[in-house]
Amino acid sequence: MAKIIGLPKLSPTMEEGTLVSWTKKEGDEVEVDDLLAEVETDKATMEFRSFDRGVLLKILVPAGETLEPDVPVAIIGKAGEDIAELLAQVSAGAPAAADDEAVVAAESDEPTDTVRESSPSGTSEAALSEAPAPSMGPSSGRVLSSPLVRRLARERSIDLQRVQGSGPHGRIIKRDIESFTGSANALPSVAGERLPPRVVKASSMRRTIARRLTESTQTIPHYYLTIDVDIGPLADARKAMNAELEEEGRKVSLNDLIIKATAMTLRRVPEVNASWMDKEIHYHQVVDISVAVAVEDGLMTPVIRDADRKGVAQIAQEVRDLATRARERKLQTEEMSNGTFSISNLGMFGIEEFTAVINPPEAAILAVGTLRNEAIVEAEEITIGRRMRFTMSCDHRIIDGATGAKFLAALQRTLESPLTMLL
Amino acid sequence: MREIRYRDALREAMLEEMRRDESVFLMGEEVGHYQGAYKVSEGLLDEFGERRVIDTPIAEAGFAGVGIGAAMVGLRPIIEFMTWNFSFVAFDQIISNAAKLHQMSAGAIRVPIVFRGPNGAAKQVGSQHSHSVAPFYTNIPGLHVVQPSTPRDAKGLLKSAIRSNNPVVFLEGETLYGVKGEVPDEGVDELIPIGESRLARPGSDCTIVTWGRPYYTALAAADKLAAEGIECEVVDPRTLRPLDTSLMIESIKKTNRCVVVHEHWPYGGPGAEIVDRLQREVFDYLDAPIERVTALDVPMPYALNLEDSVLPTEARVIDAVKRVSYAE
Repeated sequence: MAKIIGLPKLSPTMEEGTLVSWTKKEGDEVEVDDLLAEVETDKATMEFRSFDRGVLLKILVPAGETLEPDVPVAIIGKAGEDIAELLAQVSAGAPAAADDEAVVAAESDEPTDTVRESSPSGTSEAALSEAPAPSMGPSSGRVLSSPLVRRLARERSIDLQRVQGSGPHGRIIKRDIESFTGSANALPSVAGERLPPRVVKASSMRRTIARRLTESTQTIPHYYLTIDVDIGPLADARKAMNAELEEEGRKVSLNDLIIKATAMTLRRVPEVNASWMDKEIHYHQVVDISVAVAVEDGLMTPVIRDADRKGVAQIAQEVRDLATRARERKLQTEEMSNGTFSISNLGMFGIEEFTAVINPPEAAILAVGTLRNEAIVEAEEITIGRRMRFTMSCDHRIIDGATGAKFLAALQRTLESPLTMLL
Repeated sequence: MREIRYRDALREAMLEEMRRDESVFLMGEEVGHYQGAYKVSEGLLDEFGERRVIDTPIAEAGFAGVGIGAAMVGLRPIIEFMTWNFSFVAFDQIISNAAKLHQMSAGAIRVPIVFRGPNGAAKQVGSQHSHSVAPFYTNIPGLHVVQPSTPRDAKGLLKSAIRSNNPVVFLEGETLYGVKGEVPDEGVDELIPIGESRLARPGSDCTIVTWGRPYYTALAAADKLAAEGIECEVVDPRTLRPLDTSLMIESIKKTNRCVVVHEHWPYGGPGAEIVDRLQREVFDYLDAPIERVTALDVPMPYALNLEDSVLPTEARVIDAVKRVSYAE
């Protein structure tokens, strides 16, 4: 229903005001808090903002006029609404609607004190707009909520503008937020509102990751070597193994085979299986492979001990067990420490190749990319090749370029002829 | 455990402490030959004689001052006011001397004294004799203020008050003297520390903080609310100064709501102090404003029906709990 808008009292001492200019014209959409006009008062030129939502149907007073507060200056309502009756009222000298509450009381037959219980959408704001307002907040624009609710909303990233309050004056209380089913993290529903960052205390795991990786990149001179490997033979070997294991209900992954091949190669190029210990270099006599496992909000590196001496099926089983327990946060510290070389595999995410940060005091980490099918030109023939890229990050204090390259070449040979793992 | 009355618990506390330490003595109006205006000191004159159980004239300022002087030179007086309403003529002694001398003498003088007596409304004793005095005395740094609700707390806290090296204002309930409750056997030396609150009733939905006579009103209200499915957790601060808010905080973190129920007037006092501290400590856990149920803000009327409606009632406690719970 359309209503007459009066000149607001913009300062406590304002006895009259001059309409300097209208910033909306007839037919314009008006949102709550939109600037309607500028009004010069005894104090200053003030902004005259709308308390209502709808369409500015009629400007009753042109710019330049000086008026007393509450004198009708405009009519706001739904587009196309008949305002003949209101215009008649204006010419008969009717005052403008005093305030929102009065309008609500006049429209509903309920006594005014039921405003306490009535839902906020029962205010004149919703009555004026064609579609129900997306925001559930009360018409003042301020969301009333208990301190507990504000804390819970912060913790759960719930935008309180979207929660319906059932407490006094529409206050959002505990039971409202507990029964709220909307998605968290929703975009702010009020146009133009920009939310501050959501601040979350870093978990101790994240702080550990931050400290160790910062230390790694700041103290270890990293360099990177990439090699492209024909993974066909290894993929075939895996297929054959899995056919054999199927009856037992077990299987091995390409990654399990890569762990095994890497461990074997570390035996063959032992200079890479080492640690820089300030004035000493420790060449490890065991091959313990750290496997990077993504867990919720972080990363863990459980270790496969003596991976060079274990069968692929056993490695597969251990990896599965360690990864499961890593995700459940049930790993013991000793199961995550004292690896001698790391492998990180992002192939399942479709990453072709990447560089990883060395996990100190290890001297190198192998980053494994995804399996690609691509055309290979060989002896004037085009064949379908299955390829994978391996990028090794090396600690230059221990591993020189030639040594690193020697390791990757050896790894390539092992991967391309899996039978040599039997040697 | 045996059950005894609140007045007997107090008598036992004094008896045991006077046997234990001969610097302890009792002084006040009618404490000796009349056996106590409320029979709290019954039998003490017979055992300890007139040197340690001293009847005084009706002169509170005088015997409060004599007691403070005795405490300053090493004795441990228990000063009984026939009611706390009469302490007002001794106000200057308590506030200007008992509460201040330790500080003004730079620690050279201690005032280990207990002022005790019945406090609060007592059915048609008129506006001048129905005061809950906790707000007056809790305002004074230098005093400890204790107000036990149960016989067990009365005995254990009075023993601690007598042994304390600080001046203690000990507020008993004129209408509590006949209340029975479990108390450890005579001679069991249970000391309840000053400044420790007590969980009186476990619950999950609303925290009620209460002490003194309204403690029983609140517990009765909690039983009725439980029948409607609202489980109140009741915490009794026991000592009003120094105030222990730890259990209240713990409780509100669980219930998210709180009602403070007390007999003194609503303007200021420990009730308002508790609300002030709690809203700051548990702001992020509150789902509703903390409410208070207090005596109404008027001098106590003489008519019994009016007195009953001025004091906190079960119905008002129930209403307040429902309001903070947003229940019907």
